[in-house]
Amino acid sequence: MADLEELYREIILDHYRSPRNRGELPVPPAHRVEGFNPLCGDEVVVTLIVNDDTVSDIKIGGTGCSISQASASLMSSAVKGKPVDEVRGLIHTFKSMMSVHQSTLGDADEDGRQIEPGPEDPELVDSDALGELAALQGVVKFPVRIKCATLSWNALSQGLDELS
Amino acid sequence: MDMTDGAMTVDDVEVASGYLDVEKLRRDFPILAERVHDRRIVYLDSAATSLTPRPVIDAISKYYETTHANVHRGVYATAEEATRLYEEARIKVGRFIGATRPGEEVVFTKNATEALNLIASSWGHANLKENDVVVLTEMEHHSNIVPWIMLSEELGIELRYVPIDGSGRLDLSNFDEFCDGAKLVCVSAMSNVLGTINPITEMSKVAHDHGALVVVDGAQSVPHLPVDIQELGADFLAFSGHKMMGPTGIGVLWANATILEAMPPFLGGGGMILDVKPEKFLPADPPDRFEAGTPPIAEAVGLAAAVDYLQSIGMGQIRSHERSLTAFALESIGEKLGDDCRIFGPPAGDDRGGVMSFSYRDVHAHDIAQVLDQYGVCVRPGHHCAKPLMRKLGVAATARASIALYNSEDDINVLIEGLVEAGRLFANA
Repeated sequence: MADLEELYREIILDHYRSPRNRGELPVPPAHRVEGFNPLCGDEVVVTLIVNDDTVSDIKIGGTGCSISQASASLMSSAVKGKPVDEVRGLIHTFKSMMSVHQSTLGDADEDGRQIEPGPEDPELVDSDALGELAALQGVVKFPVRIKCATLSWNALSQGLDELS
Repeated sequence: MDMTDGAMTVDDVEVASGYLDVEKLRRDFPILAERVHDRRIVYLDSAATSLTPRPVIDAISKYYETTHANVHRGVYATAEEATRLYEEARIKVGRFIGATRPGEEVVFTKNATEALNLIASSWGHANLKENDVVVLTEMEHHSNIVPWIMLSEELGIELRYVPIDGSGRLDLSNFDEFCDGAKLVCVSAMSNVLGTINPITEMSKVAHDHGALVVVDGAQSVPHLPVDIQELGADFLAFSGHKMMGPTGIGVLWANATILEAMPPFLGGGGMILDVKPEKFLPADPPDRFEAGTPPIAEAVGLAAAVDYLQSIGMGQIRSHERSLTAFALESIGEKLGDDCRIFGPPAGDDRGGVMSFSYRDVHAHDIAQVLDQYGVCVRPGHHCAKPLMRKLGVAATARASIALYNSEDDINVLIEGLVEAGRLFANA
């Protein structure tokens, strides 16, 4: 069951059991975005406040599997208090890590869309910048679960777009 | 279609306690010889699609190797033969469900979903107007909900949903009132989530008393139960080939000949006309009227072989096997996993089919399925295209194990082994 251990790393199970920044911020002042995974019925609600080009607060609501919940929790910890530019860079780096580089789809995301070149070289996934998020790397081996891992990130990305 | 040598007779495969000789039957399914994660495949996803037996694969191959030509109008020998095989498949499939006029009443579609859409689009547009009532149930698959919502948005018809009770059965105590003023009642013969087998015969009587026609979604029932449309008393029956050991890409709509005769065409194109002029066309008679374009010919040949295969075992014997195995599964899961495992739907019995949806502790269905995959166990996590039902059950998703004639008690034991591992992995989650 080596693959399973790689998917369900302890840090992922920890964030699943004790999700960080759980809940919803009042709207307004917060901005609210919902994400759905029609495949499994999972849903995520991201509420965030951007002040002075910084994600000053973020909370995660909704229901989902361990991967989607842990990914959302890890994301909230990683982006809270960070400048929007840096958050966008992190989103890009994370989505690159989740992309199916080795497959016939080429450099595409989980929906088969071409990943646009980000601020950094898209081929170069900087594990240091990802920190704890690197624990989600094992998900790539389970293509069906990539959508679970990226659900909250797509919602955050959409939220930042709507705010800019 | 000739059956291959591997075909079973009832005497060959029936063993004690209502079980079929699974070890023998499993040899008919090449995919079961494959291995995943260095384990044998424990296939418990037949409600999504069934595995394909050798005689069906061979029939399709043989058709492409010896006969393939487009049907109808060809006068050369292989075209004649292709047409004969295609029309023979129609008759065979019709007789399988007890149709009295199979040549006129069986329409081949892409799948059960398309068959239901055909009814909504063709019959619906011709017969429904604003404020007309269509009765559905809370346990319908999206394919028997969304076409009616689409029609409701377009025509302003009213949709009524018959609720389910705490046991996962339809609450029919007020069914008479639900049918009051209704034009149509649409109901699944067997739930793809709860395994509930609905009392279609009784429901049809009530619906007809109110002047409503009855649409039956037979996607889960036709592959697993003896089905006789005369007994059901329904006006329409939709089902899919690939859930009954046939190929993908073919479904069936059966409808009473008089009703079909009065229905306008569904899709337009070749094969569905008597005559075409620049500004108008004259539609062909059923079933051609509803089969625009080149039909699924090889698939029809494969479906006919699947019907032969099922009948060589016997639908009664298949139901008996699956009923026994469902009872074993429900009992074993209860015994070994206790309250940790919540199984939805009625207890084992006459009105319970081999579809078992469950939740296990607080472990998400997706995670359960992932762990089970490592044991070679194929189950399906998610909402099973029944989101209204999921909301009613108060869950976002369930894991679903569904059985067929090739499953055994061993398969259920591996399922339970995998569930215990999932419980260990997600302990305290």
